[in-house]
Amino acid sequence: MRRPPRDSQESFRTISRRGLMLASLQAVFIGTLAYRMRYLQVDQADEFRLLAEENSIKVRLLPPARGLIVDRNGAVVASNEQNYRITIIKEDADDTEAVLDRLARLIPLSDDDRERTLKEAGRTPTLPITVADRLSWEEFSRIAVNAPALPGVTTEVGLSRHYPLGPDLAHVLGYVGPVSDYDLSKIEDPDPLLKIPRFQIGKIGLEAKLEADLRGKAGSRRIEVNSTGRVMREIDRKKGDPGASIQITIDRRLQNYVQARLGSESAAAVVIDVRTGDILAINSAPSFDPNMFVRGISGPEYRTLTENDHRPLADKSVQGAYPPGSTFKMVVALAALEAGVIGTGDTVWCPGYTKLGNRRFHCWKRGGHGHVALTESLQKSCDVFYYEAAQRVGIDAVAAMARRLGIGVRFDLPMSAISEGLAPDKQWKQEKYGQGWMMGDTLNSGIGQGYVLASPLQLAVMSARIATGREVMPRLVRSLNGVEVPLAEPPSLGLNENALRAVRKGMFDVSNSQRGTAYRSRIVDETMWMAGKTGTSQVRNITAAERARGVTKNEDLPWERRDHALFVAFAPYDAPRIAVSVVVEHGGGGSLAAAPIARDIVLQALNEGFPPLTAYPADQREGIEAAREELQLMEPEGPSGGRSRA
Amino acid sequence: MSYLEYNVKTVPTGLRKVLHVNWPLVLLLTAVASVGFLMLYSVAGGRIEVWAEPQMERFAVGIVAMLAIGFVPIWFWRNLSAVAYLVSLLLLVAVEIVGTIGMGAQRWIELGPLRLQPSELMKIALVMLLAAYYDWLDVKKVSHPLWVIIPVVIVLVPTFLVLKQPDLGTAILLLAGGGIVMFVAGVSLWYFAAVIALAVGLVFTVFESRGTEWQLIKDYQFRRIDTFLDPSTDPLGAGYNITQAQIALGSGGWAGKGYMQGTQSRLNFLPEKHTDFIFTTLAEEFGFIGAVSLLTLYVLILVFCIQSALSNRDRFSALLTFGVGGTFFLFFMVNMSMVTGLMPVVGVPLPLVSYGGTAMIILLGAFGLVQSAHIHRPR
Repeated sequence: MRRPPRDSQESFRTISRRGLMLASLQAVFIGTLAYRMRYLQVDQADEFRLLAEENSIKVRLLPPARGLIVDRNGAVVASNEQNYRITIIKEDADDTEAVLDRLARLIPLSDDDRERTLKEAGRTPTLPITVADRLSWEEFSRIAVNAPALPGVTTEVGLSRHYPLGPDLAHVLGYVGPVSDYDLSKIEDPDPLLKIPRFQIGKIGLEAKLEADLRGKAGSRRIEVNSTGRVMREIDRKKGDPGASIQITIDRRLQNYVQARLGSESAAAVVIDVRTGDILAINSAPSFDPNMFVRGISGPEYRTLTENDHRPLADKSVQGAYPPGSTFKMVVALAALEAGVIGTGDTVWCPGYTKLGNRRFHCWKRGGHGHVALTESLQKSCDVFYYEAAQRVGIDAVAAMARRLGIGVRFDLPMSAISEGLAPDKQWKQEKYGQGWMMGDTLNSGIGQGYVLASPLQLAVMSARIATGREVMPRLVRSLNGVEVPLAEPPSLGLNENALRAVRKGMFDVSNSQRGTAYRSRIVDETMWMAGKTGTSQVRNITAAERARGVTKNEDLPWERRDHALFVAFAPYDAPRIAVSVVVEHGGGGSLAAAPIARDIVLQALNEGFPPLTAYPADQREGIEAAREELQLMEPEGPSGGRSRA
Repeated sequence: MSYLEYNVKTVPTGLRKVLHVNWPLVLLLTAVASVGFLMLYSVAGGRIEVWAEPQMERFAVGIVAMLAIGFVPIWFWRNLSAVAYLVSLLLLVAVEIVGTIGMGAQRWIELGPLRLQPSELMKIALVMLLAAYYDWLDVKKVSHPLWVIIPVVIVLVPTFLVLKQPDLGTAILLLAGGGIVMFVAGVSLWYFAAVIALAVGLVFTVFESRGTEWQLIKDYQFRRIDTFLDPSTDPLGAGYNITQAQIALGSGGWAGKGYMQGTQSRLNFLPEKHTDFIFTTLAEEFGFIGAVSLLTLYVLILVFCIQSALSNRDRFSALLTFGVGGTFFLFFMVNMSMVTGLMPVVGVPLPLVSYGGTAMIILLGAFGLVQSAHIHRPR
């Protein structure tokens, strides 16, 4: 078909015009595209480069090895064990549930573990979650062989805390456990390490208190991964710093002995080196196995611990605060002697009670002790003497002396929930109860009852200070990462030497004079002579009616209403090296329940092992020997330490 | 002017046609294809036999096909337009039937060693038919409603067939390709304005309907739109491709990470790294400079097409050249917009660079038509 030329001309012009319009439109699009490229590749390049790094190069933290804890002789008391475990990264697993199903066919996998894994993985899909821990080598290799069928699953050899002494040091060391949300919430700027699921940190005790030293610094491993999470190669590896090793002042063998000696009693004992303040042993019985907590304690196991009326989880040695009973009499004696209200030779008449208004305060001996002087008052533990002494010197002076000797003072040891005890005075009562101090309170305090409270640690410190006359400070850490904690000779308490000597003599007589309250628990070897003081603290009120009927004997009471038995001691008498305190909850009398234990501990500590039987009175040696046989001690071994236990 | 009106004798014949081939265009196409070979070698991790070599073979076939088509007089192709369109349409229907009977969505037909995608063929056939239609149509009638309806039907029939496959990318290309030819042919701008207004209104209504009782599209479709608008809302799902593509692109920076040094594509972060998303690898390894260079090559191809079309006084030739150039523009524009996050991911390959079976040969064949128009233009 032919068109008139004019038409053709017009058509050509139309096409040209529209063509150019189209070209301009295209230019606009192309310009936009170029601008977009500039935006992505020039303006935003840095941000995307960072994202790309994150994408392909992942940084995996290498948890540092936790610092070891060794005892004063270098034996390991908290070690790191190899632990085969498997982890899963949700992001890489695709279908986590299916992978877990497959896993369950290879290794035993509890529903609990499964649920926990799914929960944790849901929270942090990009981080490895521990699925199973403490696998056997067979299980571990079974997983490793089947790795291709288990996307996202990684086998790891990690380190896990182990406490070779088990229950012996449970209360001192505490234990580690996985970081909880609660832990994280307490920390302002948490170490990224803590965000590794199931990373273990100190939960309680020394492990918690010295967490910062023990943890160490994380290393890191930069790896290149593809989008399925498969590790293509390791780019580099930065070694972290292992945690600082800590040497504690505890003697592992003594600690073990004391724990065994306390046995199934609900008791606590503390042994202090009076020259340095080093805590050689600090026990609370019954105890628990901290390894159980590291593994993850089961509900029933935990209930057994919490429902036990002997409270194995509580650290009675520092957390327990007991009325010190007669062990407080040295404090009152020293306060009175220092103030000069009683001389070392002055006597007090004990008729068996003291009258205050129309109230009678009884001596433990109903018939009374007759005339007693200071030394004798300690030896026989005459209450009336101390009612009198406390009245004369006044409660504020008693409280001040108590604090000088360590009662009512919180010692800063790396242990959990350390009790401050209580040395009550007028101001305290006014603040606490809004009541004035009564003379009756003074009398009660004079024999270590009423408001007075002391922890076994404080009692041991008190004995150490009486033994040396110096302000002995207890300490638990001997060296940190090989650097010794500096030690200076403790300053003098500035007490009258004569007064101290009289008190020490009284304590000596307690266990070495025929009429002393702990004569049966004497040490006959004069190089190890022990000076001590019994204490019995009531946990119930004795009513006038009961007193009239005759006080019910401890043995006839239910266990939880019996008196606490206490004993404090130092030895050797001439040149003191150690101070000991023993508290047996509801043990009955101090002389019967606590003193024999204290003597055994003293001898063990002085001899760094079993003492010769000749240290014991001849008539007791047979019984002592038999009792030794029954003790369950750990096998003696070299200072390198191991984990076998008898 | 139509080819019947000028002196056919002035058109070069025989081997002299070789001298009149639009050689700069051939050179540019080869350059772009070479970029493709390089990138395919790179994404294959330095192995040539995986994608680069088959691609080179196809390119060789395509170039030969282009020249062969180019040497055939343009009026021959004009007369073939309607046939090409009908054959393509039949094949589309055939694929539809085979796809329904067979398994899932099959978009291709096996032709010996070649997999022919009728929708690819249709893109060119549609442009040809529309160019021929407007060549035939009286210029005065171009904007007459009746004569507008006919090309609209010509465009919509294959569009719907392709949309049913479903292949949104190709449907968009068909629609836009047809639109370009109609636009250049001089259809009144009011029609385009009306269509655009209608589309905007429709989109607006769809969004307004969200959450109401008369919601027009399904919830999951809304979510897909959300993902496009903000890929970070679904970084591991549908937004993954977009996010990863942008990371790869952006991390390339100004000068790129270096050839074969791209981490994102190499580590399988990128989906379809050798096909639709190959541009991200290029942008990652050669940076902004590389990306803009490739864009420049594409623009130059487009410019040569436009220049050739503007200098061609034959109506069919001009419209065809604009149509092919426009389709080519749509290809790279949609692909690049898609990977840079300007457009939703619709599955359009990067022309001449993406590894693709028959797409490259058909595209080069289309450029053969452009060459034919160029060689046989009225003197």
